[in-house]
Amino acid sequence: MTEDAGTASEYFTISLKTETDFEGWRKAARALAMSGVPASSVTFLTPSSSSQSLFAGASEPLPNASGDITFDIAKSFVQKAQTATHHSDADRYDFLYHLLCRLLAEPNLMKIASDPDIRRLEAMGKSIRRDAHKMHAFVRFRKTGDMDARDDEAHYVAWFEPDHFIVEREAGFFTRRFAQMNWSILTPKGSIHWDRETLTAGPPARRSDAPSDDATEELWRTYFSNIFNPARLKVKAMQSEMPKKYWKNMPEAALIPDMIAGAENRAKAMVAAMPSTPPPTHAAIRDRHWRSAHMAETDNAPPPPANDLATLRKQAEACRLCPLHEPATQTVFGEGPADARLVFVGEQPGDKEDIAGQPFIGPAGQLFDSTLEEAGIDRSSVYVTNAVKHFKFQPRGKFRLHQKPNGDEVQTCRWWLGQELQLIDPELTVALGATAAQSLLGRSMAVTKERGQILESEGGRQVFITVHPSFLLRIPDERHKADERARFRDDMIAVRELMAA
Amino acid sequence: MGKLSVRDKLSILSDAAKYDASCASSGSAKRDSRKGGLGSTEGMGICHAYAPDGRCISLLKILLTNFCIYDCSYCINRSSSNTKRARFTIAEVVDLTIEFYKRNYIEGLFLSSGVIRSPDDTMGEMVEIARRLRNDHGFKGYIHLKTIPECDPALLEQAGQYADRLSINVELPTDSGVQRLAPEKKPQTIRRAMGTVRGAIEEKSEPTLRTRKKPRFAPAGQSTQMIVGADPAPDAVILKSSARLYSSYHLKRVYYSAFSPIPDSSAALPLMKPPLMREHRLYQADWLMRFYGFDNEEILAGSPDGMLDLAIDPKLAWALRNRHLFPVDMNRADKETLLRVPGLGAKSVMKILQVRRYRTLRLEDIGALVQSIEKIRPFITAVGWSPGGLTEMENLRARLSPEPQQLALF
Repeated sequence: MTEDAGTASEYFTISLKTETDFEGWRKAARALAMSGVPASSVTFLTPSSSSQSLFAGASEPLPNASGDITFDIAKSFVQKAQTATHHSDADRYDFLYHLLCRLLAEPNLMKIASDPDIRRLEAMGKSIRRDAHKMHAFVRFRKTGDMDARDDEAHYVAWFEPDHFIVEREAGFFTRRFAQMNWSILTPKGSIHWDRETLTAGPPARRSDAPSDDATEELWRTYFSNIFNPARLKVKAMQSEMPKKYWKNMPEAALIPDMIAGAENRAKAMVAAMPSTPPPTHAAIRDRHWRSAHMAETDNAPPPPANDLATLRKQAEACRLCPLHEPATQTVFGEGPADARLVFVGEQPGDKEDIAGQPFIGPAGQLFDSTLEEAGIDRSSVYVTNAVKHFKFQPRGKFRLHQKPNGDEVQTCRWWLGQELQLIDPELTVALGATAAQSLLGRSMAVTKERGQILESEGGRQVFITVHPSFLLRIPDERHKADERARFRDDMIAVRELMAA
Repeated sequence: MGKLSVRDKLSILSDAAKYDASCASSGSAKRDSRKGGLGSTEGMGICHAYAPDGRCISLLKILLTNFCIYDCSYCINRSSSNTKRARFTIAEVVDLTIEFYKRNYIEGLFLSSGVIRSPDDTMGEMVEIARRLRNDHGFKGYIHLKTIPECDPALLEQAGQYADRLSINVELPTDSGVQRLAPEKKPQTIRRAMGTVRGAIEEKSEPTLRTRKKPRFAPAGQSTQMIVGADPAPDAVILKSSARLYSSYHLKRVYYSAFSPIPDSSAALPLMKPPLMREHRLYQADWLMRFYGFDNEEILAGSPDGMLDLAIDPKLAWALRNRHLFPVDMNRADKETLLRVPGLGAKSVMKILQVRRYRTLRLEDIGALVQSIEKIRPFITAVGWSPGGLTEMENLRARLSPEPQQLALF
């Protein structure tokens, strides 16, 4: 596209068939650009701009492309240019040709969001998308004829005034949404009609062509005026999203001035209204529904010792002995037969356990289950529980990072574990990991040193020491991991043999 | 009490719903009516109107009834309130939704309710409304059900089959707040219900072995709402609570509803205009957590009272407390760092990252990519621009704050 190209002095005027004739523009622009015609030598006319133009009339013949020039244009340009043809800017086709010429010289131009031409193209697209969005939102159909007519017979008609040439472009939205209704959308820039099968485009319409009312609008206005909270008046926020230019075609908008005018007094009255005496129904409701509920408030002291596991479990649901109850979803209590001979104690529930309310069901629990099976221990015959019954975590976006319970929390929760063990009275208790060992033995200790040992607790219980299965999940090295899993299985086999002895 | 018309009921039961903050209708499964039925959802929510309180109207937001056996002090429908009561029939709610939808007034239904008789009875009726809309009318629009946490989990299971979104209100940011202002509600019950919904959503999204179509379950996820300003919880506590809720229940949104004075108010509550700016700042802080990589604790770290600054936005307030991290080099800084520059939104950051692959950025280039360069200048360097001592300036906060308003004399 150099100045000395043979066609440089020629001037082209191209008349497009419709306002949104992207294909017509594309064909012409391609031929012009391939012949090196500069943007300053081309004018595109649309039906509306040609009526005001001195050059109205037939298009010039397009230049013949010289030789075998081909070009690749960024896909994003083609798509954005097509959108831009719907803009009401009379200059848009000339601008798009100018941009096309620049793109041939600067292949990366589409990615330079700070370039003034790219910013203009983006702004055009944004304006069109906004206009389309407002059309989806603010079209108000009115049902014509018999109000009780079924949808296959009834006709719904709307009047809308878009800024841009978007009516046909947005027809798809309405056909997908209202496929089983007959409807028309009339606008000053053209109209569309749908008869439950085909879409027809029609000429521009006038407001008086659309019906002026629909009985349902009274209900809609009732809704609009009541869903508004006068204590939160924010007129500017409303107008930035629903500019006044749309109001005249929205049945509810006529109410707005009065709603604004009355808001302050309504809000003042709300604040000024003194609390009144409750209606008589209130006392009756209290007696019927809440008399017992208010008594059941738990305080921050342990409940009286329970006589069976079911009662203990119920009591633990309301536990507020330490602060962990507030962030956690629920108390995750132990599970298994009340007369189990073997009890396993872990650290605390994790994310999955917290949601389901059951211990040992997450990844570590699954590993624990499969290891028991390999070692020949019947999972359904043992009781599993945790040293701490609420999940302690640190939030990280959509995830919860496990946090080790501190000494106080372990100490506080020992009350529940102690009750569980007293009621079950097992022959052997297995401490899975350091927290469990600390809780059972009342002192901190190194699991790696004492692993495989049987220690005696203060209360005279036999406690077998091993690691927590989640430790195995955290080992990154596969060989090391396999070794440790084998060791854990050996521990479980040892436990089985102890029980058999 | 005489018989109320549908219009009377609508005025009472939409008035009673106006304190609910959420109205979103986006992010659900795509559906349309080409093969029958009525309506569509296409991902993006549509606000069909705006009320003069600046809030959008996307859904028909109503209560099934405003009779309620609970006595939550912040709620106009509490059992001790003298508000006028009404109750829709199931058919009335279904008809209103369908007729409004056909005229393109709404995207669908947001149904909440006071609790009458029992949580199960009330939730059962709400589920039946959703079922009739979907099954009897082939309704493809959006349905949001406000779940009653005390109901049977089996009803939650059914609700999720018909609704796009389920929400369960945590009501207040702390358990002690709930105990004081909503004494009949149990925070553990509320959390357990949210856990049940998360569990069901996860279960339904797991791939099935056979390629049978999976039953849908609340494809637009779950959300919650907490009331702000009715109890003394500071913003730091509120944000901590939100961070826990997002991580625990994978919520799509936490809505903050500034406590609004209600007619016939309970004596337990402050009588004042709602703290709308505080609500706005909380939403901004919530965005920092969800889209800008901020941890809940760092947003207010170093703030003396644990409250968000009402005069400036939380990112700017954070930057002013962490000036040692600035200025940021616009030509080199990584995405995470750029996202922390006050005045740079997520979209601007994406553009900056793309453009700088081809051009070295000058201050004017940045200016072309952002809303306003004024706010950003003290915190960045670019080719030909260095803020010099501006970043450290004593009165930087004042320079970046909006002009103080003249107080009314009377």
